[in-house]
Amino acid sequence: MDEKKYAKLEQGMSPKTPLVRNMVFAFLTGGTICLIGQFISLFYMSFFDFTERTASNPTVATMIFIAMLLTGFGLYKKIGQFGGAGSAVPITGFSNAVVSAAIEHKSEGYVLGVGGNMFKLAGSVILFGVFSAFAVALIKTILVKLGVVSW
Amino acid sequence: MVRKGLLTFKTMPSIATTGVTAGPLEKQSPFSDQFDKIYDDERCDTKTNEHAHAKMMEDACMIALSKVDANPSDADYLLIGDLVNQMTPSNFSATTLAIPYIGMFSACATSISTTIMAALLTEMGMSKYAVAGASSQHNAVERQFRYPIEYGAQKPETAQWTVTAAGVAVVTPQKKGTPSITCATIGTAVDLGMTDPLNMGAAMAPAAADTLYRHLKGHQTKESDYDCIMTGDLGKSGFEIYKKLAGNKGIQITENFRDAGAEFYGDDPLFLAGASGAGCSASVYFSEVIGKMMKGEYQRVLLIATGALLSPLSFQQKDTIPCIAHAVELTMK
Amino acid sequence: MISIFITAFIVGGLICVIGQLLFDVAKLTPAHTLCILVVAGSILDGFGLYEPLIDFAGAGATVPITSFGNSLTHGAMAEAEKHGLIGVLTGMFEVTSSGISAAILFGFIASVFFKPKGKI
Repeated sequence: MDEKKYAKLEQGMSPKTPLVRNMVFAFLTGGTICLIGQFISLFYMSFFDFTERTASNPTVATMIFIAMLLTGFGLYKKIGQFGGAGSAVPITGFSNAVVSAAIEHKSEGYVLGVGGNMFKLAGSVILFGVFSAFAVALIKTILVKLGVVSW
Repeated sequence: MVRKGLLTFKTMPSIATTGVTAGPLEKQSPFSDQFDKIYDDERCDTKTNEHAHAKMMEDACMIALSKVDANPSDADYLLIGDLVNQMTPSNFSATTLAIPYIGMFSACATSISTTIMAALLTEMGMSKYAVAGASSQHNAVERQFRYPIEYGAQKPETAQWTVTAAGVAVVTPQKKGTPSITCATIGTAVDLGMTDPLNMGAAMAPAAADTLYRHLKGHQTKESDYDCIMTGDLGKSGFEIYKKLAGNKGIQITENFRDAGAEFYGDDPLFLAGASGAGCSASVYFSEVIGKMMKGEYQRVLLIATGALLSPLSFQQKDTIPCIAHAVELTMK
Repeated sequence: MISIFITAFIVGGLICVIGQLLFDVAKLTPAHTLCILVVAGSILDGFGLYEPLIDFAGAGATVPITSFGNSLTHGAMAEAEKHGLIGVLTGMFEVTSSGISAAILFGFIASVFFKPKGKI
């Protein structure tokens, strides 16, 4: 049996990804997390001296804190299995990636284990975020200097 | 007669006793009442997952040897393996047990590859007590092959749960009233281009079907000669593919076909396709199957353990997953 | 006031659905998916489209990881506007320092108090 024939047979027999179900659950989970974020941001705007724009910083930090607790108590992986991208895409998923790697590698010590591995999942997000920000800002700056576009 | 990968044991070495230990989550397995020891703590009250891994193996060996009133100092060979880098858990338990030791790696097929080697040493008259087996510990294996334990990645229905269990068998020269090893087939590595590490069953199924076919043909037996033909850890979805592939080769699929991984956690949908890991086949073969043979429910069985020979590195370098399956035949004559 | 909660839910949910499609249809790993979304957020900001989305959806746009790419780019561009090319480099973390510092800090704290549990 060759590879192509087997791939066909395998795809015919393995359980299909429940795409619609996954999308609905991702929508509900992600939407709920963002809704919670909106409530937190309202809280910071009403009780502290934050504007609509600046409230996003403490909101993000608070959500990261909540995700840390959920990860530590073993609940975030359950949300992840249910919600898929709905729990991976919000900033709480970033927090889950950092926290889960950090507690996983505690047994190798705080320096080599926690320090060395904390960003093993989330690091690529920072790398590509920074690089694309650099590229985009650079192109825009050059275009502005050339007078093609304005800020 | 020399035949490719086919072994026949004229002296019929026996599996005199077995020892099986398992973690707390494995309490819910339908086989759990046949395990010798179940820990309440997933780290077996040690500091790290890896220490727990080694302790489970040590305890399984001690339990198995104690059943034939033997000490580790009486044993001639220790042939064990696991899935962690450089097999440190097996190495550390070998240090404690101080039995002459060779670590063996065939991924999740290690339970059978070690049994075959133990049978060979016994057949040659060079071993009185050879301890063979394999183990896996969920946390230690999962963190190495996939993501951190607490990372919320969505697993598909084909994903399997690495068991926390160790199973060993004490292989001795022929002994009445115990299952004896009559023949075996060493598998060839099969790779049909599967790449998804969350669908190992589909990757391993062709290897299992291939070894089953070679065993039946090579040893001139029929599938109906066996009371049970049990694969290792194909899982629910892989098991179906394996039966289909075996059927395509002209093998009759009956109720006697079983899969340890598919049955390990019962029908609990949380475990998706079922169990996997080196300890999965080892713990089921050396409790459920041997138990049924001792009770006389099974006279003749064929055990086919399957292993996926990948590493996280080979996966990230986009290599496909080669797989292996080794088979051993036991009889109660 | 109420409408921002509704748009936050819908926009946030839709961004996650895009992520789910990248998981299931494009068969990407979570890491690849998140990288693509971050880069997408950054490019959208280059065209000046992400800030209007925040005005429209609030946390629905600031909570998904796309907002991380947006704020990095936004910081870089704001600084570049003031100081020229060098600002591209220096401005990057101007806006978005809180996410990373919180993640590092809480990750470390978590490692002190928690252990991974192999429960289902």
